Order: sequence, then structure tokens, then C-alpha cells
Amino acid sequence: MRNSTKLMILAAIALVFILLYGFYDIKGGFDYAFPKRMLRVTAMVITGIAIAYSTVVFQTITHNRILTPSVMGLDSMYQVVQTLIYFFAGSMSVWVLNKYLNFGAAIFAMVVFALILYRFLFRADKHPIYFLLLIGMIIGTLLGSFVTFLQVLIDPVEYLSLQSRLFATFTNVKAELLFISIGILFLAFLYGYLIMDKLDVMSLGRENAINLGINYDGMVMRILILSSVLIATSTALVGPITFFGLIVANLSYQYLVTYKHSIHILGASLISIIALVGGNFLVEHIFELRTTLSVIINFIGGIYFIYLLLKESRAAG
Amino acid sequence: MRLWMLGIAAIVLSFISLFIGAIDITPKDLLNWESDETHIFLISRIPRLLAIILAGAGMSIAGLIMQSLSRNKFVSPTTAGTLDAAKLGILISMLFFTNVTYTQQVIFSFAFALAGTFLFMQILDRIKFKDVIFVPLIGIMYGNILSSITTFFGYEADLLQNISSWLMGSFTLIIAGRYELLYVSIPAIILAYLYANKFTVAGMGEDFARNLGLSYKLVLNIGLVLVAVISTTVVLTVGVIPFLGLIVPNIVSLYLGDNLRKTIPHTAVLGIVFLLICDILGRIIIHPYEIPVNVTVAVIGSAIFLTMLLRGRAYAK
Repeated sequence: MRNSTKLMILAAIALVFILLYGFYDIKGGFDYAFPKRMLRVTAMVITGIAIAYSTVVFQTITHNRILTPSVMGLDSMYQVVQTLIYFFAGSMSVWVLNKYLNFGAAIFAMVVFALILYRFLFRADKHPIYFLLLIGMIIGTLLGSFVTFLQVLIDPVEYLSLQSRLFATFTNVKAELLFISIGILFLAFLYGYLIMDKLDVMSLGRENAINLGINYDGMVMRILILSSVLIATSTALVGPITFFGLIVANLSYQYLVTYKHSIHILGASLISIIALVGGNFLVEHIFELRTTLSVIINFIGGIYFIYLLLKESRAAG
Repeated sequence: MRLWMLGIAAIVLSFISLFIGAIDITPKDLLNWESDETHIFLISRIPRLLAIILAGAGMSIAGLIMQSLSRNKFVSPTTAGTLDAAKLGILISMLFFTNVTYTQQVIFSFAFALAGTFLFMQILDRIKFKDVIFVPLIGIMYGNILSSITTFFGYEADLLQNISSWLMGSFTLIIAGRYELLYVSIPAIILAYLYANKFTVAGMGEDFARNLGLSYKLVLNIGLVLVAVISTTVVLTVGVIPFLGLIVPNIVSLYLGDNLRKTIPHTAVLGIVFLLICDILGRIIIHPYEIPVNVTVAVIGSAIFLTMLLRGRAYAK
């Protein structure tokens, strides 16, 4: 099967699930339920694309298929920034009330964090991948517990306001955030379209890419910024989903046999839309479970992760 | 570091711990047997101190045993799924019996902790590629999978809040009558000391241990039972305390080597000192309120573990 056919199939499945989620078994007021469902679907689509996109480009500059921005603790960093803002400035400060300032501050901190990680961990190229992975997980734990630590200290009223910002879910999506996110995603894709060919060259490795005339370090910097922006967008919308990017990116690598980033980003995005919309549809309407999808994603993602690690270790050992 | 120096530190910190809290108690108050202060002292402060001592010594020794038996410095109850399995056991006991008794919870939790750790050891046996970092990585993921199963069923049965109280390690609720289960870990700790030499030999590898006439499987199983007993009692009374069993044995082994007969007393006392410091910090920072001890332990512990990882790659080999 050609890759374009495969992409068409994925797109068709995604569309079916979106329609199912939108129209299946609407009881009572259609005018009330339908817009609400569409809001959720839009949030899922945006999140799915943002996570898939950022994971694929991140894995290209780090030259591996197991590390993702979430696994390295980038989305915990978003939470750290938000908590710090509430802790030092308070919920009525301009840093909270001005959404652009707030988002900008978060992205700035995430980019700095990603750059530090990159400088110390990836540039040296000597560290084995498991080491990086463990470091990432521990950094995630450290940031996570630091957030909890600050949250215990925050004034309870402020905490409630912070909580609504940190524990977002698909069920209580904020419409105004959605428009900003669509704008960001649009810009990100516009930029991605311009650098897609360069990404393909960069996957050949640093030396080769430089020989072929790529400003490698400059590109890395830009891609880290791009990744951070996308992760910040998805975390702001629905909170962290640790293993999601890992699953969809690797499924895409397995299903679509190509080195082209344009195809992988599209494929991974479609797969994540299918997983999020389809998964939520099954959980909410077919099985009627009360569990959130992220619990199931963590379960499946964990098993898939072990499988990937074992596969990788056989290749290495 | 000498043992008596650690001992003095532990005694001084214990004394501080006894006289810190929401209500000021001075040693002079204790002279009056009938005073409220004396009551609080006997019902709350002394049980709390005992719980810290038993949990600190127990978890550190459990980690030490696991590191010796798995021959990996980064294996501990937190990084091998033991604590997550114990939590799953508590949940299953609540699902099975409508009016679950304490004994039933203890038995289920113990059985699951034992089975969970045993399963992990079996998985380790199958993995040919035994990288120091790779093993705890698999262990952390294994724990994540177990805990997502717990969350899933917890959601469905509306028991999530119940379970999360075991997630949060805290000494706040420890009063007379609520911590006595921890005494069960005393014989386990004594047994661990008696078997120390055998654990040391078993830590040299199965073939080597057999050559020295050690019944390897028996020693291994005894070690796992001890770990399960200690973990269960701590999880059921105090909650999950991360990193303790990971970093304390590693620090001791840095300056004292790997002979368990020598390191067990140091590990126990250092564990107590570390946990006392974390608990006292948690009580001082927002006095008269408290920060749960698992938060302070996680922040300090993950920072120490990160430094250990980044500095000590040579040592870990």
C-alpha cells in the first residue's frame, strides 16, 4: 500500500470517529449537546496534533524513538511555571490575567529548560538512552513534587483558581483558550511547512547535516522552541498525558515506512486524533466507564513502552 | 562517617521531633502527669516518633536487601513495583469484601506486594540485557502499569479517594492505636540483620552463591518476604514514601561498601535521620500546618538521586 493511501485510510477513520462522537445517541436538546460535543472534539483534535507534531520533531533532533518532550519533563515544567506565578504574583496579577503574557512566560521557561536539557544531555552524545530516560523521569518526579510542595503553601483561595488551570480535562474545555490554540497550531504548521525538508536532512545526523549546508544548532534551537510551544498548548488545554506522544509517534514509524517528516507528522497526528476521539467515544458511550481516557492511555502506554524498551535492548545487547 | 555520630544525630533529631507541633510542649509540662500536654505527648508525639523510626529504618533496609539480591544499585520498593502492588492489594481487598477488616487488608496487601515483587524478579531473570539503568526503568514502568490498574478500578468503584490516602505518605494522622502494625516490621528488621551475610553472598550472583554452599533460592525468597512485610506495614500505616529505600542504601554503600552485616545498622540509622529531617522540615515550614512527608522526601530525594545519577555513572558500574 502506498503511503498516501494509508494516510487516506487514517483520515477516513478519524472522520468517522469525529462524526460518531458528535452525533451518537444525542438525548434531549440537540442544540445544547452538539456544540458542547464539538468543543470537546476540537480540543481533542488540537491536543492530538500538537502532541504528535512536537514528539516527531523532538525525536528527530535527539535521534531516538523513545524519548519524548513529555517523558523528559517538559509538561511538568509548564505546571511549575504556572504554580510559581500563582505563588509569587497571585491570581489577580497581570501575569495571570493577561493570557498572552502568561502563555509567553510559560513558553519562555520551557524553552530555557529544554535548552539546558539539550546542552547537558544530548550534545555530549555519550550518554546511553536509558540513562537519559531515567534522568528525564526523575526530573519529572522532582518538578511534580516541587509543584505539590508549593501548592501546599499557597493560600487555599488562590489554590482553587490555580487548580482549574492545572487540572484541565476534555470535559471542561475553555472556549477562549481554544481559539488561541488554533491560531498557534496554524502558525506552527506554517513554519513546519517551511522547514520540513531541512528536518529530513537533519535526521541524517549532525555532521552530515552540517556538510549539506544546514545551520544545525540554529535549527535545533528553533525546533526546541516549536516543541515547547506545542507542548505548552496541549498542556494548557487538557493537562499532561505522558505516554501519548510516544505511542502515536512510534505507531506512525511502524505503519508508514518513510523518512519524510511531512508524512510522519500527518500520520502521527491522524493516529492521535483517532486514539483520542475514538478512545473517548468508546469510554464514554460504548463501555460507559467513568474512568478518564488518560488512565487507559497510561496503562496501554506503559505496556507499549516496556515492549519498546525490550525491543531496543535486544538490538543493543 | 561513624555509627555513633549518626546515632547522636538521630537522638537529637528525635528530641526535636518530640517537641515540635501545633501545640507547644516543653519538657516541664511533662512533669505534670495529668496535664493536656502530657496526654498529647503520649497519644500523638511519641507514636509519631516511633512510626518515623520504624518506617525510616524499615524502608531503607528493604531497599538495601532488594539492591543486594537484584545486584542493582537502583532497585528499591519504589522502582520495582512493590509499593504499587501493595496498593493494588488494598484496593482488591476493598472490592472483594463489603465490610473489609484491617486484617483482610493487611493480608491482601502483603500477598500482592510479595507477588508483585516476585514477578518483577522473574521478569529481571528473563531479561538478558542487564544495564544498571535499564532495570529500574522497567521497574518504574511496571509500577506505573500496576498503579493505572488501581486507578481504573478505583474510579469504577468510587474508591479513588480512599486509595489516595495511601498514596500520600504522611505522619500527620499517626496517633496511638493507628500505627501499631508497624511493630510487625521489627522482627523483619532483626531477621534481615541475622541473614545479612547470606544476602551479601547471594548478591555475588547465583552461581557463586551456590558454589559457597548457599541455598540461593531460599535466601532470595526470604529476602523478598522481608521486603514485602516491611513495605506492606509502611504503606498501610504511613503511606507511600518514595526514594527512601533508593538513596539511603546508596549513600551508605558509597562510604562503607557492600558487606550487609556492616552496612545494615548504618542504613537503618541514616534512614531514620533522613526521614526525621524531612518530617521536621515539613512541620516547620508552614507551622502550625504541615506539609506531608512524602512531598518533602520526594523533593529532597529526587534531587539527591539526580546528583547521584549525574555524578556517579562510573560508580554505578
